[in-house]
Amino acid sequence: MSEAPTTPRSFQEIILRLQAYWASKGCAVLQPYDMEVGAGTFHPATTLRSLGSKPWAAAYVQPSRRPTDGRYGENPNRLQHYYQYQVIIKPSPPDMQELYLGSLAAIGIDLGLHDIRFVEDDWESPTLGAWGLGWEVWCDGMEVSQFTYFQQVGGHDCKPVSGELTYGLERLAMYVMGVDHVMDMPFNDPSSLIPLKYGDIFRQTEEEYSRHNFDGASTEMLFQHFKDAEAECERLLAFDPVDPKNGKTIIMAHPAYDQTIKASHLFNLLDARGVISVTERQAYIGRVRALAKQCADAFRRTEAGADL
Amino acid sequence: MADLLIELFSEEIPARMQPRARDDLKKLVTEGLVQAGLTYASAGAFSTPRRLTLSVEGLTAESRPVREERKGPSTTAPQQAIDGFLRSTGLTLDQLERRADKKGETFYAVVEKPGRAAADIVAEVLETTIRTFPWPKSMRWGAGTLRWVRPLQGILCLLSDETGAHVVPLTVDGIEAGNTTEGHRFMGNGRFTVSGFDDYVVKLKRARVVLDTAEREAAIWQAAQNLAFAAGMEVVPDAGLLNEVAGLVEWPVPLMGRIADAFLSLPPEVLQTSMKEHQKFFSVRNPKTGRIEGFVTVANIEAPDGGATILKGNQKVLAARLSDAKFFWENDLRVAKAGMGEWVEGLKSVTFQAKLGSQADRIARIAALAREIAPLVGANADDAEQAAKIAKLDLRSAMVGEFPELQGVMGRYYALEAGEKPAVADAARDHWRPRGESDGVPTEPVSVAVALADKIDTLTGFWAIDEKPTGSKDPFALRRAALGVIRLVLGSLYRSGLLPVLDKAEAKNIFATLKLRESQKQELLEELSGVTDEMSHSKIGEIRRTATSMSRVMIDAKSGANGANVAVSAEVLDLLSFFHDRLKVFLKDQGIRHDIIDACLAMPGNDDLTLLVKRAEALAAVMKTEDGANLLQGFKRANNILSQAEAKDGVEYSFGADLKFAETDEERALFAALDKAEATITPAMKAEDFATAMAAMAALRQPIDAFFTAVQVNSDNQVVRRNRLNLLHRIRAVCSGVADLNRIEG
Repeated sequence: MSEAPTTPRSFQEIILRLQAYWASKGCAVLQPYDMEVGAGTFHPATTLRSLGSKPWAAAYVQPSRRPTDGRYGENPNRLQHYYQYQVIIKPSPPDMQELYLGSLAAIGIDLGLHDIRFVEDDWESPTLGAWGLGWEVWCDGMEVSQFTYFQQVGGHDCKPVSGELTYGLERLAMYVMGVDHVMDMPFNDPSSLIPLKYGDIFRQTEEEYSRHNFDGASTEMLFQHFKDAEAECERLLAFDPVDPKNGKTIIMAHPAYDQTIKASHLFNLLDARGVISVTERQAYIGRVRALAKQCADAFRRTEAGADL
Repeated sequence: MADLLIELFSEEIPARMQPRARDDLKKLVTEGLVQAGLTYASAGAFSTPRRLTLSVEGLTAESRPVREERKGPSTTAPQQAIDGFLRSTGLTLDQLERRADKKGETFYAVVEKPGRAAADIVAEVLETTIRTFPWPKSMRWGAGTLRWVRPLQGILCLLSDETGAHVVPLTVDGIEAGNTTEGHRFMGNGRFTVSGFDDYVVKLKRARVVLDTAEREAAIWQAAQNLAFAAGMEVVPDAGLLNEVAGLVEWPVPLMGRIADAFLSLPPEVLQTSMKEHQKFFSVRNPKTGRIEGFVTVANIEAPDGGATILKGNQKVLAARLSDAKFFWENDLRVAKAGMGEWVEGLKSVTFQAKLGSQADRIARIAALAREIAPLVGANADDAEQAAKIAKLDLRSAMVGEFPELQGVMGRYYALEAGEKPAVADAARDHWRPRGESDGVPTEPVSVAVALADKIDTLTGFWAIDEKPTGSKDPFALRRAALGVIRLVLGSLYRSGLLPVLDKAEAKNIFATLKLRESQKQELLEELSGVTDEMSHSKIGEIRRTATSMSRVMIDAKSGANGANVAVSAEVLDLLSFFHDRLKVFLKDQGIRHDIIDACLAMPGNDDLTLLVKRAEALAAVMKTEDGANLLQGFKRANNILSQAEAKDGVEYSFGADLKFAETDEERALFAALDKAEATITPAMKAEDFATAMAAMAALRQPIDAFFTAVQVNSDNQVVRRNRLNLLHRIRAVCSGVADLNRIEG
């Protein structure tokens, strides 16, 4: 924490430093989950692994999609596709706050020069049936991370409690590097042979997906896929736990959870298309939550989710 | 004597929870100590974001020995009883004392509890306090089972006396109490040992922590004012924000910044709300321009660059926030200047309540109602109707979508932009009021008319669909709405019965719940708005029934199905009694007893709330006088005798009493007094001069008392008896014109 921090020169350098830092603190550095999710929390490495008593420590980047946040690449810090950095440690270590502050120093934030604050912010995910207490972390009045002690996931008490950190990478990086518009942020080192800015990579996709999310996506298809995902999730969980082919107990918790993730993202797309009314909204959220809960129940019956 | 110091060190405690937590810590620990037999001189609790601290001074070193004595059975009692006593006391037979008394010999159990050392008691009490602390929300962490608001990291528990400071041995869920703590997260210098409260405060300050919230508040306020003053500006006071900010920092460092010129055109309420809600900034006003031009943010660190980096960062965040606000404001202005038609359209698709239709339907009802109420409160009917039509349009504005608390305030700005009259625009802001008990009521007639119409529509609507408050459940804040109506009526010129207005409003809400064709609905509403005369209730009942029969499917509307004889629907009467209940609560807060109010509620015209309150106030005042209290006795005596005689004789003694059958002076004096009282009371009642009427009534006390002392009502002479009973009837009649005294207790 005391070494003189240097300012990173690119978005990717911040990610690399976070990876190195959390690897040095003993986290398994995982790769992003290969599905469309709304936040890093949806990665099974967080949702499912926060259940049961087995110790766990992981860190990863997770591309996240919020279809309603699309602004055609014009808004300086709103994107429908962005990156979160996620750290999850179970049980939460006693020095979790210190570890977190160390990560800020690692990406070049001088803790003696900036005003870092832990401001009450209780986290709740109605679609995951999850909640926790913690803070949003402010750096000079700007929210740079979420810090949560998970209390419940999928309707199950978290015992032990996991400590979860979520960094909104673009916002954090823009702040650290003093960039005003996300599209102007250097993605790789500006002195590279081929310097690339965030906009060189994502401006066009933001446009395309904004149009897709708001106007293009077939709502008929989305509604059907939502139903399919929901049915498939329940179907997979209804299998006899014992696989007749080999006599082993194999509960398909993860494949079923994939369908939950799908249903959640499809719901977000439908929401962006503006075809879900206020009253229906609650019903859809309830349906996704019911799936998440069943997956959590199933995971708890597996080896990885059991109590030791 | 000893002093106790407790510090519960944790990760950041939410600012809003700190004041309660200080009180709870002090209460739980000191009560626990006292219950265990210790006494103390004084106690004080403190909090910072990372610690809850309690200092108790003058604590006794040990609890007083306690001697408990329990009387048991007689020594000759059956063995079973004696065994039972031994079990309950935990003693053996030879430990019991035998004492002789009148009945013989009785067993006594005497238990001597020796005094306990303060340290033992403190350890016990503190552990219980920690384990049962009433945080509004608490959590677990790591692998432990303990609950605290955020992870509890350390316990400092120190008892100090002449011999020095001693750690109270105590371990809670693996956290062992000690005599060390740490200072500021970034400016402190590791852990340090403390020897007592004074030492603790001094060392904390050295480690950049101001322990006392009040001291931090004062420091923030002083420094903020100095910063503003130096720039020729002033800080806008905000006690709530000051308290919150003081709970967010251990070492407050206020910094002042300017709002960029581009945002200065935003309404001050928008600037203030955005800065306060999002950033917890104080607003800084330029006294020359009256505008909000700057802000004060409170950092938690003394940075080597004097806070320049921190200020720059905050300014940047603010600029982003205000850009959003400015975007909303400019978009909204565009809609407002075009007459707000976009919002009118938009509200058609927003559901107010599934059975009661859209916001647009609701607004149409309120507008019609406001028009009807307008003349009753001295407002121009056109203005009231127009105001009601535009008052809620800001619900569709982007700004109110972002800051719901600006609802109304924005409505006024937008209405003015749309070219509405000031009185109409003001109603957009003020018709929401009173928002709570501490909020004032609007007095401008147009605002009053819309405020009444809004609340009455809500109440009659939820009554029509049978969504009334029950017990502690009042999700639509209907009690608050009813109290709002009461306060609006009492504070305005409104001087008619509420029933006709309630009845009509209810009918309109019933229509909303019925499946009617638009043309049918229009027809019904027109017919309804034509109802103005005395016959309103039966006419409205008729329209209601027509509506019901027109409707092909009835959705949950119970009214309208009432029998033809019911003039006012049961729901409306039920709503009126809901108003009466709220009024009782309201008047009780003003010191008027419920039975006094009941005595007035029993009188006709009880839907005229102003009349009701005037009557109740006058009655309460007169009942406080000696004459009033005695008159009540006299009245009850007269009424009892009369009621018994009427029951016995099976007749009503209401035939005029005749002076010529009076036998005694007291009787004749009562005749004269009643004549005199009547002559005063009748015109006074007509003029609603209740004080005069009640004084005249109270003046009957002496002649009534004298009458009962001298005269036997049940005379053998039947003519005289009947005459006297008829005279008692006059007492009843005269008093009953003022209030139903039977309902008053005592």
